[in-house]
Amino acid sequence: MTYTIVSNGDSGSFPTGDAFLSDASQDAEVVIYLAGAPLHADDGKTAILVELGTECLGVHTGEGGGENAGEEGSNILGFNRYRNGSDAPSNLIELVRQPRSSQTAIDAAKVLFETAGFEVALCSDQTGRIIDRLVRPKYNAALRFLDEGLASAKDMDLTCRMGLGYPDGPIERVCRGGLGHHYDVTQALFETNGTPGYAPARRAVVAKQRKTR
Amino acid sequence: MSKIKKVGVCGAAGTMGAGIAIVAARAGFETVAYDLSADALEKAATQTAGFFDKSVARGKMSEVDRDAVLGRLTSTTDLEDLGDCDLVIEAVFEDLATKQGLLKQLDGICGERTIFASNTSTLSITEIASGCERQDRVVGLHFCLPAQLMKLIEVSPGINTSKETFHTAWVWTEATGQIPVETQDKPGFILNALLVPFNNDAIRAVEAGVAEPGDIDKAIKSGLGYKMGPLELIDLIGLDTQIRLGEAFYPITLDPRAAAPALLRRMVAAGDLGRKSGRGFFDYGNKAMFGG
Ligand SMILES: NC(=O)c1ccc[n+]([C@@H]2O[C@H](COP(=O)([O-])OP(=O)(O)OC[C@H]3O[C@@H](n4cnc5c(N)ncnc54)[C@H](O)[C@@H]3O)[C@@H](O)[C@H]2O)c1
Repeated sequence: MTYTIVSNGDSGSFPTGDAFLSDASQDAEVVIYLAGAPLHADDGKTAILVELGTECLGVHTGEGGGENAGEEGSNILGFNRYRNGSDAPSNLIELVRQPRSSQTAIDAAKVLFETAGFEVALCSDQTGRIIDRLVRPKYNAALRFLDEGLASAKDMDLTCRMGLGYPDGPIERVCRGGLGHHYDVTQALFETNGTPGYAPARRAVVAKQRKTR
Repeated sequence: MSKIKKVGVCGAAGTMGAGIAIVAARAGFETVAYDLSADALEKAATQTAGFFDKSVARGKMSEVDRDAVLGRLTSTTDLEDLGDCDLVIEAVFEDLATKQGLLKQLDGICGERTIFASNTSTLSITEIASGCERQDRVVGLHFCLPAQLMKLIEVSPGINTSKETFHTAWVWTEATGQIPVETQDKPGFILNALLVPFNNDAIRAVEAGVAEPGDIDKAIKSGLGYKMGPLELIDLIGLDTQIRLGEAFYPITLDPRAAAPALLRRMVAAGDLGRKSGRGFFDYGNKAMFGG
């Protein structure tokens, strides 16, 4: 499967030098928009893939807001290569569909990414997709536990590594990825879902405020 | 140096108790395994012997050491036999009244110096201790499943636990080669306080149509490097157990993430309990255990 890349700068999914960038070709059957490059709809393409940040695919697709009472969907799909903030990108592509997305486009996107060596998880167009939706509330809880004195950061991390077999603990991970990044992701989740678990933890709020001072 | 010489384990025919008894005996402590049924203890003893036979076969232990460990491990259905233990660890059913009742009984049997430890996952150490006269000598020692293989122990002082008791328990965990971490006496300590709501969130993501279970687990494993996806893990834990965990946490924490999701209740009502029933979030073919 050949693909063309349209980029607006440095992409979080495929940073400069990533092999995926150099395998692109001109005028291919799939077009990939990176780093917020303006999207041009084109029904003639097998699939159009838009790199997403914390926003939903609906922000990019179609006319008048891009959503149509649950009937939205076309050959335009969203995706993001999962990355914990400033950590190196993982091998996982979250592929985002809408209710009426073209199955041909989904199949093509899967083949394209899998051929390039990535794992692909398909999800609907919801804030946080799969991973951030699930792990960010956990990092919030760990940050809150730290404030409340449940345990030290070291002991919380050790517990997750030794007790659950995770490669790293929640505090070391959220700090390594950037508390400011954690704020941005959880703020988007909180804005959409409104439940307290998504509200940025105090330490993330502090990090964000320090950055913008 | 550990002040503890002799260890009693209550509920030693159970999943956790049998593993805890192995940890204690393996580390050189004289260990008394107590449970209600002699038959169940007998079965547990056979499994324990099998565990150590495997250790010998894998070259992790000599035959002489195995025989010495098994020689340190005795079983009983008579609680009086725990009278001269320095440390009694309870791993009986996760029920406050049962644990309080047991500690009250032990209070009358054990010497002044004996420390009581609870392996509870969800209950309060302070509340468990409130059933007995020696609240200063009760501490939380939360082992991970399977206890004989997992190194981590969450050590938690209740409100009335003395510093000395906490220290003695801590030194004992180190003497067994385990790795202790200190946590406050709060529901789920560290591990379950993070894990139970996370697993519920994964169920809610299925419920909300975010993705299929397979895609959720794939994303978590590949994106985060976890060995198991949350839905696969819930199937292993048992969906009915996951409901019980939610029911233990939510009334205390009032954290909506801790409450058992509606989908979980529907699945349990439909008989989908996870691996043990042959189907949960994933299908396990005909490996159901219903009816034997
Ligand atoms: N299973 C886990 O993953 C896990 C992990 C960590 C902690 N725990 C905790 O460990 C404890 C035991 O859990 P389990 O999964 O091993 O349960 P289990 O049902 O496998 O074993 C409980 C054992 O306790 C015995 N028992 C019950 N009442 C007793 C009494 N009054 N006196 C003596 N023995 C009695 C039962 O006969 C049974 O053998 C619970 O507090 C649980 O929360 C469980």
